[in-house]
Amino acid sequence: MEQQDILFQAKNITKKFGGVTALNQVNLNVHTGKVNVIVGENGAGKSTLMKILSGVYPDYEGELILNGELVSFSNPKDAMQKGIAIMHQELNLIPHLSITENIFLGRELQNSFGLLDSKTMYSQTKELLVRLGCGLNPSTLVSKLRVGEQQLVEIAKALLEEAKVVIMDEPTSAISDAEVEVLFNIIKSLKAQNVSVLYISHKLDELFLIADRFIGLRDGKTVGTIENVEATTKNDLIRLMVGRDIKNKYQKDVVDFGKEVLRVENINLPNVNNKEFNILKDISFSLKKGEVLGFFGLMGAGRTELLETIFGLHPKVMTGQIYIDEQEVKINAVSDAIKQGLGLVPEDRKEDGLVLQMEICKNTSMAAVDTVIKNGFLNKKLEADLSKKYIQSLKIKTPSENQLSKNLSGGNQQKVVLAKWLATKPKVLFLDEPTRGIDVNAKNEIYHLINKLAKEGLGIVVVSSELPEIMAISDRILVLSQSKISGEFCQKTATEEVIMQAATL
Amino acid sequence: MANIKPYLVKFQSIIVLLILSMVLTILSDKFFTLENGWNIARQISINVCISVGMTLVILTKGIDLSVGSLLAFSGAIAAGLLKFGLEFPVSNTFIGFTVFGAIIAALMVGGVFGVFNGLMITKFKVPPFVATLAMLTIARGATMLWTGGFPITGLGNNFAFIGTGWFLGMPMPVWITLVVVVFTIVLTKKTKFGRHIYAIGGNESAARLSGININKIKIWVYAIAGTLAAVGGVILTSRLDSAQPNAGMGYELDSIAAVVIGGTSLSGGRGSIVGTVQGALIIGVLNSGLVLLNVSPFWQQIIKGLVILIAVIMDRLNNPNN
Repeated sequence: MEQQDILFQAKNITKKFGGVTALNQVNLNVHTGKVNVIVGENGAGKSTLMKILSGVYPDYEGELILNGELVSFSNPKDAMQKGIAIMHQELNLIPHLSITENIFLGRELQNSFGLLDSKTMYSQTKELLVRLGCGLNPSTLVSKLRVGEQQLVEIAKALLEEAKVVIMDEPTSAISDAEVEVLFNIIKSLKAQNVSVLYISHKLDELFLIADRFIGLRDGKTVGTIENVEATTKNDLIRLMVGRDIKNKYQKDVVDFGKEVLRVENINLPNVNNKEFNILKDISFSLKKGEVLGFFGLMGAGRTELLETIFGLHPKVMTGQIYIDEQEVKINAVSDAIKQGLGLVPEDRKEDGLVLQMEICKNTSMAAVDTVIKNGFLNKKLEADLSKKYIQSLKIKTPSENQLSKNLSGGNQQKVVLAKWLATKPKVLFLDEPTRGIDVNAKNEIYHLINKLAKEGLGIVVVSSELPEIMAISDRILVLSQSKISGEFCQKTATEEVIMQAATL
Repeated sequence: MANIKPYLVKFQSIIVLLILSMVLTILSDKFFTLENGWNIARQISINVCISVGMTLVILTKGIDLSVGSLLAFSGAIAAGLLKFGLEFPVSNTFIGFTVFGAIIAALMVGGVFGVFNGLMITKFKVPPFVATLAMLTIARGATMLWTGGFPITGLGNNFAFIGTGWFLGMPMPVWITLVVVVFTIVLTKKTKFGRHIYAIGGNESAARLSGININKIKIWVYAIAGTLAAVGGVILTSRLDSAQPNAGMGYELDSIAAVVIGGTSLSGGRGSIVGTVQGALIIGVLNSGLVLLNVSPFWQQIIKGLVILIAVIMDRLNNPNN
């Protein structure tokens, strides 16, 4: 590859967070007019690298070279002005402003009186949107847009600044297939305009549709590049990510079920804002000790709400009966649910699972504080022992139990949430998207843990939006569609097709 | 150097305090005396009592603007009950109060008003700033009503002992403050309640999903803040031998200053009682020093403001991610 084809270059980039090395001597070349795809497990340092390349983290060791010149960015705006734009996993738009206002945020056009030149900004926005092949009205508030449309706005923003490199961090994680197609067409047109794209995704299959080259990142290091995309297979990519041939086939052990541990009957959850519409309709199911029950459903089917409702988060509006060990129980608050032996690992571990600025040990004991109290006071040793026990049994990678939770990788944070619930000695564990945003190896570890806990006699309910995952780990699968249970399959009868059919009923 | 930095950060308040004291000792021969030491301790004791309550509130990501007014009201309650007792014209009954009874009543009033704050914030979802701003006005008005706008004075020697007396070689207000501080340190660091305070401030949603009763904890926290404001009110009233209807104005700001200088984060979940005590000490030492050096009171205010800014900037530099 000739020198002039390299537009943007990162050399020996190292970045540390409180003693944890996130990036270690990373080298990366972004080729002009190409879609450069970075693959790597979560915790490999992809997001950190992108944040350095786009000026979010201004302090790091190493060099950034743009067009042959050494550059440094003091903030994202600075990076953007120099030609690097980023489209974040979490979109950075202001919901109460219009598309035009968002696109021109921080670089508003003014007329000769020093007032906003709304007309020009409107027409330029319109032009940009047309260039992206979409007919949105520039005056529409961003809060009214779907996620895919909001991404278009971010890309339009980058185009206005005449970005040379557009970084896309997991852009397809929250948009529909049709929107993915739109996005890919836009990426192709960006390429045609000689814009370089730096693209991150976990969805390996879709990468082959757009990638021109692959760069592998592992444990904060660049481990290789693949220039010849045609000759590359999905397994090659996986090998690049994990560095060894993994047997992706997780095999669940057979567990003998015990007695029924949880049964719910006719769970209804009305929508407070819209009386016509129920979020949950007549949901009934039962769960035995040692059983892993999977819930599959498309977005909005009511999966998370079902777990929340049983867990006592909507006590005033829900109706229906809950039986634990064949005794009817009333769950009016989370504390009741915990007393009855339920545990819930929530979907969003950072928002709902952990107190990030607290130590691992304090997070571990949070739902079971009573077990680390001696003579009426919190006991440091009991607390340390409790969390050491789970650090060991769940293989949480950390220097000590006093590490702050925010310094852990996603998979290890998830294990701390799991530890928190195991510490309550639950009979039933609810797992809401237990492997969201964690890497392949950590996923496999979580699967084995689920299996191990089931063997120990726990009843487990897993909600997942990943079909292969739910099929691999569940003994039985219930499908939710439009607030109701629309299908039940045991592991033997389940195929991707029949489940998807039930989910789209 | 790399090994010292965490300690420098950890003990920055104490280091600032030591440097400040050394400078003042050099500049004024009256500063480093036992008498001046007790003076400072006595002067800051009221602020420490209030600020300790404020720390608990701020740890839950809240704020309590009503403490100054609650201090005045509860002080006036203690003075009024002690001097005039309680008369019920309808049933024509009269209840007299001992010193002890009057103080307990004052503390209860502070606590009940704090509970009211907590209920507004939790049950009615009024933002803490607004709920306690309303209480600031309400309690001040109640003080005016109760006192008729005039000071209540002449409260007797027994009552004066609380604010002016000595016990085992230490002024009474300092004893009281010491008890309050030790109690709340144990409360925050050693009890389930304290742990829950930190959890709520750190991530309310995660705390709720861990079965923590958020509303209960918050109501308790505001009740404690109100009660501690009342403790300050009793000390002040006793020291002055008078309940002033305008007492405690602006005290909420002094206490927020102490909390912030002490390194507690206004975004909740991070900070400590010990830090707050150090913050109050820094303000107290600074005040005393500036008075001894004959610095104009106007300059004193400017300097205090700058110290608050510097404290927060240092905190930001040490914790860039927060």
